[in-house]
Amino acid sequence: MYYRDGTVHGLKDVSIKIAANKITALIGPSGCGKTTFLRSLNRMNELKGATTKGEVLLDGKNIYDGKEDVIQLRKRVGMVFQQPNPFPMSIYDNVAYGPRIHGQRNKNLDAVVEESLKKAALWDEVNDRLGENALGFSGGQQQRLCIARALAVNPEVILFDEPCSALDPISTARIEELLKELKRDYTIVIVTHNMQQAARTSDFTAFFLMGELIEFGETKKIFERPKDKRTEDYITGRFG
Amino acid sequence: MNVKEKLVTAGLCTTALISLVILFIVVGYIFVNGIGAISLEFLLESPYRFEQGGIFPQIIGSLCLVAVCLLFAVPLGIASAIYLAEYAPDNVVTGSVRFFVGCLAGIPSIVIGLFGLVFLVYYLGFGISMLSGGLALGVMILPWTVRASEEAIKTVPQAYREASLALGATKLQTIRSVVLKSAYPGIITGVLLGVGKAIGETAVVLLTAGSGLESFLPRSVFDPVGSLPVYVYMLATQGHTSAAFAATFGASLVLIALFLSISVFALVLRNRYIKRMTGGRRG
Amino acid sequence: MPIRKEYVAEVQKLKTDTFRMGELSKGALENVITALRQRDAELASKVLKDNVVIDKLEFDIEGRCMNLIALQQPMAIDLRTIGTCLKIITDFDRISDLAGNIAEIVIQIADEPFCKPLIDIPRMAEIAQAMIADCLDAFENQSIDKLCDFSERDDLIDGLLDQVRRELLTVMIERPKTITNASHLLFVGLHLERIGDHACNIASRIIYMVTGKRQKLE
Repeated sequence: MYYRDGTVHGLKDVSIKIAANKITALIGPSGCGKTTFLRSLNRMNELKGATTKGEVLLDGKNIYDGKEDVIQLRKRVGMVFQQPNPFPMSIYDNVAYGPRIHGQRNKNLDAVVEESLKKAALWDEVNDRLGENALGFSGGQQQRLCIARALAVNPEVILFDEPCSALDPISTARIEELLKELKRDYTIVIVTHNMQQAARTSDFTAFFLMGELIEFGETKKIFERPKDKRTEDYITGRFG
Repeated sequence: MNVKEKLVTAGLCTTALISLVILFIVVGYIFVNGIGAISLEFLLESPYRFEQGGIFPQIIGSLCLVAVCLLFAVPLGIASAIYLAEYAPDNVVTGSVRFFVGCLAGIPSIVIGLFGLVFLVYYLGFGISMLSGGLALGVMILPWTVRASEEAIKTVPQAYREASLALGATKLQTIRSVVLKSAYPGIITGVLLGVGKAIGETAVVLLTAGSGLESFLPRSVFDPVGSLPVYVYMLATQGHTSAAFAATFGASLVLIALFLSISVFALVLRNRYIKRMTGGRRG
Repeated sequence: MPIRKEYVAEVQKLKTDTFRMGELSKGALENVITALRQRDAELASKVLKDNVVIDKLEFDIEGRCMNLIALQQPMAIDLRTIGTCLKIITDFDRISDLAGNIAEIVIQIADEPFCKPLIDIPRMAEIAQAMIADCLDAFENQSIDKLCDFSERDDLIDGLLDQVRRELLTVMIERPKTITNASHLLFVGLHLERIGDHACNIASRIIYMVTGKRQKLE
């Protein structure tokens, strides 16, 4: 996907190719535009009234083209948020929400729910408690539920907005392992303010600063020998 | 300051107790004076020559009026609230709409009754009827349903909407499947408030629905209906016998009991719903 | 202005101490060659004593490197610096050990005259010393200009060793009584050649630290 944006607030002149079936991490200090960029990939930035100049190409088609359907887009590009936000419903209903609103009939849902929960590494823990309200589970489980919910609509790309920042280290490690498994079937883009997490989990890393893309490349190159001094200063803590 | 805290706590406790005591005095007085009149005949017969007979049509009439009122005010209130909370832009126009809806709450009920009389009864030709009474009551409680529903909708976390939209839901689907479902407890509270006001409203009903002493049951919405508050008013102002006195209080007691049971029922429903939404067991 | 002040200071201190260790190793080499030339057993003993300090330094620096890695998650230049320090302190330690070996030989042959005048051996030492000095310079200034000809310089040392070996063999055959002395000198030559190799290792580590590229210098 290519993205070029010239808005004053937010992002300037960003151009990245996001590789399929890989994990791309977006890092940078607070307010640098990485979340804005992430949200532009499934047009969620429109909720905040942002205007976009430029294109985001998914399979060669610009998702900002007036003719393109934002509903279909969001089926193909899912999102998991920073704070786990399961609906106040049962586990089953949470996972089934997506397929249901896209018209899937009730009788096929059991299989979809089971498969999604298995892919999100949550099935074993909750398969006997599918009717229980989601809000009664731990933060790590809720976040994996949100991942299962996103998987249930069969996306191609999943966007993660700092998915572990509200979780404890063990839940975080679990989700990081999960991401590595998920990339076999999905393309993953993750915003993280935790550099070590980006270093641990991603294949490619993009460094943003004040709305601009400073550097983009293979993670191991960025963290061993970054090309731009600003990147190096950021990841070595010479400035934040 | 431990002593100060204790004094303040004691003071607050006392004021709460005073409110409770006043409530008990009022209800108690009604109970004591009215319980004598309560009997199966009283509840199941129609009024006969003023204070004799029973209040069955009045009970049914009050329930019908509340039903019509809710049928009008609740969907309209929820729809308006959805528009105000989810679709309306945040500008002067929207603010004015809210303001005017709120003003409606300040209109004296007798004025609303007058409006009902002139517009519903005469101009639209509904006549003195359940329909006129119910609609007028609906107009009266509309500000409460709108405001309570809007507050309830606004309280639903934005995170739910974002999650729903990110899954490819339309705004409408989001509102229906997530926002409203979460907002129901607050909406129910608002509706209950309205029910309380409607069921005991005298002035409006007097002008639009019937004299209160009907001895027949309504056969359609266009028939006049009796109602408990108007019955009480009639007997209280024109009844002279001790039987009338007892009947007045009996009817008041029934009115209070009716309202209490509706409230309890609604609150129980609401709490069960809340429990289901926030982590109860198999829901 | 660094945000991680303490961490940045620690990395800098690590560099400084590694540099110091390098200087001490270079000093050991210089002293021991002087001791050899002047057949000064006392100076040689001093070299051996000074080596203890160098050993301690290696331990200390290694511990601090591991600490930084475990606790501070160093990245990029810091990571390469720490990795480099970890490796070159081993080479510096080996250099000082080899200098110590030469010192022991000096002590043994201090009383007897050399079987032949020393020309090539001091020259080997000079080249090695220059290589170490250039390494330290590159390490301090993060500049690898002086390191590009290390392969050739190491070849020079190897060539000189061949020469030394041939000449000493000739002497040993002509005058069998000098075999002991000659073989000691041969060992000195071997040790110096090893020192040259270690200098090459250090150079390639420093090139990695500065550029991120790994290449072996032989």
